[in-house]
Amino acid sequence: MLDLVAKSPADGLVPVAIGTMTLDEVAPSAITFLTAAKGQEAALSAALKTAHGMALPAAQRATGRDGARAVWFGAEVALVGAVPDPSLSDHAAIVDQSDAWCVLRLTGDDLDAVLARLCPVDMRGSVFKRGYVVRSQLQHMNVVYHKLSENAVDIYGFRSMAATLVHDLKIAMESVESISWCQRSL
Amino acid sequence: MRVAGSGQIDRTKKVTFSFDGQDVHGFAGDTIASALLANDIRLMGRSFKYHRPRGVLTAGSEEPNAIMTIGTGATMDPNVRATVQEIFQGLTVQSQNRWPSLNFDLLSVNDYLAPFLSAGFYYKTFMWPKAFWEKLYEPVIRRAAGLGALSMQANPDKYDRAFAHCDLLVIGAGPAGIMAAWTAAQAGLDVIIADEDFRMGGRLNSETETISGAPGADWAAEMVARLSEMDNVRLMPRTTVIGAYDQGTYGAVERLSHHIPRDDAKRPLECFWRIASKRTILAAGALERTIAFANNDRPGIMTASAVRSYLNRYGVVGGNRVAIFGNNDDAFRTARDLAQAGVHISAYIDSRPDAQIAGDFPIYRGGEVYDTAGRTGLTTVRVRHDGGTLNVAADILGVSGGWNPTVHLTCHMNGRPIWDETLASFVPNPDAIPGLTVAGAASGQMSTQSCLMSGIAAANTVLQQLDKKPAAVDVPAAEDLPYRITPLWAVPRKGRAWLDYQNDVTVKDIKQAAVENFRSVEHMKRYTTQGMATDQGKNSNVAALAILADVTGRGIPETGTTTFRPPYAPVAIAAMGQTAQDQGFAPHRYTTSHQASVEKGAPFVEAGLWHRPSYFPISGETNWRQSCDREVTMVRNAVGVCDVSTLGKIDIQGRDAEKLLDFVYTNTFSTLKVGRVRYGLMLREDGHVMDDGTTARLGDTHFVMTTTTAAAGQVMRHLEFVTQCLHPEWDVAFSSVTEQWAQFAIAGPKARDLLAQFVDQDITADNWPFMACGYVTLGAVKGRLFRISFSGEMGFELAVPARYGDSLFRQLCATAADMGGGPYGMEALNVLRIEKGFITHSEIHGRVTAYDIGMQGMISAKKDCVGKTMAARPGLLDPARERLVGLKPVGAVKTLSAGGRLFTQGDDAVRVNDQGYITSVGYSPTLGHFVGLAFLRNGPERYGEVIHMVDHLRGIEAMCEVIPPIAFDPEGGRMRA
Repeated sequence: MLDLVAKSPADGLVPVAIGTMTLDEVAPSAITFLTAAKGQEAALSAALKTAHGMALPAAQRATGRDGARAVWFGAEVALVGAVPDPSLSDHAAIVDQSDAWCVLRLTGDDLDAVLARLCPVDMRGSVFKRGYVVRSQLQHMNVVYHKLSENAVDIYGFRSMAATLVHDLKIAMESVESISWCQRSL
Repeated sequence: MRVAGSGQIDRTKKVTFSFDGQDVHGFAGDTIASALLANDIRLMGRSFKYHRPRGVLTAGSEEPNAIMTIGTGATMDPNVRATVQEIFQGLTVQSQNRWPSLNFDLLSVNDYLAPFLSAGFYYKTFMWPKAFWEKLYEPVIRRAAGLGALSMQANPDKYDRAFAHCDLLVIGAGPAGIMAAWTAAQAGLDVIIADEDFRMGGRLNSETETISGAPGADWAAEMVARLSEMDNVRLMPRTTVIGAYDQGTYGAVERLSHHIPRDDAKRPLECFWRIASKRTILAAGALERTIAFANNDRPGIMTASAVRSYLNRYGVVGGNRVAIFGNNDDAFRTARDLAQAGVHISAYIDSRPDAQIAGDFPIYRGGEVYDTAGRTGLTTVRVRHDGGTLNVAADILGVSGGWNPTVHLTCHMNGRPIWDETLASFVPNPDAIPGLTVAGAASGQMSTQSCLMSGIAAANTVLQQLDKKPAAVDVPAAEDLPYRITPLWAVPRKGRAWLDYQNDVTVKDIKQAAVENFRSVEHMKRYTTQGMATDQGKNSNVAALAILADVTGRGIPETGTTTFRPPYAPVAIAAMGQTAQDQGFAPHRYTTSHQASVEKGAPFVEAGLWHRPSYFPISGETNWRQSCDREVTMVRNAVGVCDVSTLGKIDIQGRDAEKLLDFVYTNTFSTLKVGRVRYGLMLREDGHVMDDGTTARLGDTHFVMTTTTAAAGQVMRHLEFVTQCLHPEWDVAFSSVTEQWAQFAIAGPKARDLLAQFVDQDITADNWPFMACGYVTLGAVKGRLFRISFSGEMGFELAVPARYGDSLFRQLCATAADMGGGPYGMEALNVLRIEKGFITHSEIHGRVTAYDIGMQGMISAKKDCVGKTMAARPGLLDPARERLVGLKPVGAVKTLSAGGRLFTQGDDAVRVNDQGYITSVGYSPTLGHFVGLAFLRNGPERYGEVIHMVDHLRGIEAMCEVIPPIAFDPEGGRMRA
């Protein structure tokens, strides 16, 4: 009898805890790309607000909260955590991406230092604030960063690259931890 | 020897390290150089070419002589500057470029051959015979001449990288840098201050002068402590800013753990920084230069400022008797400090007859040092003065030929420094780097007071540029003596006077270059190799070009400098590679079936970044061909399962989706019915084939395009270009769903039977004919099914959300096994498609047209498409072009070779007779012989001809018959079954 077992993208790779930092998988129940049809941005935003409680985010921002977020992804907006209401399809192309993204949550006091090792964009807390989103690199991979709080960020990377994502994050976490050791030992 | 009392070393912390196997004692805060000098070890290295004994010349990163190897085994680091490397307990140091020992170096015989080894010698001597250069001369010369050696083992050290962002980057933490950082930080700017030394303070750490009444070093320490407490300031000691790049980006290397034992493999040795700053202040100070005179390279001869650094910072004097030779007032500080410390000064020689100096030691105004003596260390200084000549006994000679502002970074964007007659030095061109201001000695400010003030002024300039209020900071009081200098570059006298210590270039070599008409400074540099060693001429450039100016009768400004390029100081290649080595080299893309494939013992092949299984060996198989043949036969006779998730999948929706498809594909998609799939060919704008694949119509305005694995990114980019630039008016949305779906090919006569055990729907030949597509369910899981074939057999591709990929693959394989089937890998997939004449990027490699692959008919005449016009160019439709054919061997040799060239029978296998080439080959167990795909001139017109294949590289020759590309089941009955 057919019994298909689901496996999350970072299955067996996380959690990782090094120094002050922890890395874990978020595995949202659903991720859906919404691309507004021509001239339908306002209507889509209104429909999104009605159905899920938040408007479309501006570029490089996220709206909503845990359970239903709208995260700017460039040409698309990702509805994260909620199954899209059918009304949205009147205004947008709807594409299921629930299994395409490995979503990792990086948390800890040395967040800025770890991100500075992986991403060329200015991610200092004073610049990259809560609710901010940026598409950039993580080492050699293209990812989306969503700042959740002063010391937490969600990182959306390709599912197929989950092992490298965790590897590269781990290396950076180890560097930061050992460098703080060097500085403490001086 | 140590001088009691003075210095910034911690005399309570004794540190023992080894130098050439001997234990040496120093203190915390010592460098290798200061600790060796404290133990009266002046001989620290052998020169590059002549193996002359050399001692330390400087106390900074510009050091040319005291270059050493630290560590052992795989973590060994060659060419470490002893003036930079801090000592720690257990450090192992070895001298370089000597055999058998530093004191007794057999290769110093080169020194006696010096008359034959001058500039240009190699160019003139080793010209003939030509082949000897690479095989004999160069290896011999390289063995004799050199720096340290590599361990020849993989480097296990970790190197880190990081990005930093700030309002202001201050380069150098001397008096100017500190005041600049302080002023800017007070005004609220985000400041990074980087200094290559492990102790910030610059020259203040090496001088006895006071600032606001406190010793300079203490003032600097206090200011650094205050800066470190500010949230908007990041201090970066041990960090060398190595290059200035576009848009305010600077490269920097931070030495993280060179100064502590390597007892934790996770601790990075260095960090490579890219610092993006809105504004930058260069306060890198100045470097003292020496004067060229005969035998000015003996151990014990160093710059006068280095003598002061060792004395004042480390409490060290390299010997009992010290002589000073200078052409400026600054040299006198050295004599003053030495006298205060009670060191014996045997002579003070000033080349200026009018020098205003006084002291309780012999002073020779208008005098010159014209030679020295002492084999492995200085013993005697020979002085010429207006009263005659005399020999002065000395262990140490401090030399000052003046100061060169550190202009290097200002030249990294092709700026040229400006000659300043008063300073007898080059100073920076103020506009050389956008956003960079120069302050302090780097800008030619030669007193401490002027440095402090210029640091404040530079910061206020930056504040103004960033629309901030200038900060009112107190100006500390410091010495403000004038800097008086009368240029003296070289003392004329027979004998070798060294300019570039590292590359063993003398005054005579520069003159020889000019004689041989290498009069441009750039030519002189390359002819003599002056300035081409790891110090990049920091110690010799200005003197060398001054001498060149003299012999060519030009002024120094007309002669100009060579080009200063990044990096400012040597950088380990590993530091540039940083975390991008080993597993960090490139991302690995794994399919959902990866783990199951690993468990089945599959070796993997990389396709782009993807790892794909080559074949799945079963017990008894010892060769990949056995596995491959079995898998091919399995697919032809039963059923095979193959993960095809790596193919690009693009979801396309919108009212104008079919317009987009009609435009990017050569053939028509607007006529495709819902629930059907069509093969499509895509051209580049130049009319050549870009990619191929199938596109399925899932709904009226909903398509899923597949691309090849290799071109997925390129096709996505192409669609972006078309929709953003060519047809922005179209209402169409597309996004990659490659990662969303795990997709498996199920191929073979029993494909439908296997499928029936997984999908809930009844799949028959009638309701799912060839090229049908649609939605299916696998229990609770919603999937998609496409009836397409890349094997020529009845084929389906079953897609499920990626989370179920692992589970589905395992169950498909297990069920298939019961039916005489199983998984197949890339090797079998390749053979299957070659048998069928299906192309991949081996064939559509970027230089072929639709015409070349026999698909000209797919370019629809009824509509336009990207590349259509360009594909119609006459040269691209010439029957004599190399066009796709199949091949099979018919001679004694039964092998074909991908990459082999094709020749008409009887022709010599040489370039001019070339008729084409083979792109893909494989052994077909179905047909019992090799089959190949090739591009052959007039190809389709030559079916039946026997042609000569030669693979010159592998030494394979075979006779083969030209056949149609489709070698198996040309009617396609099997895949339509």
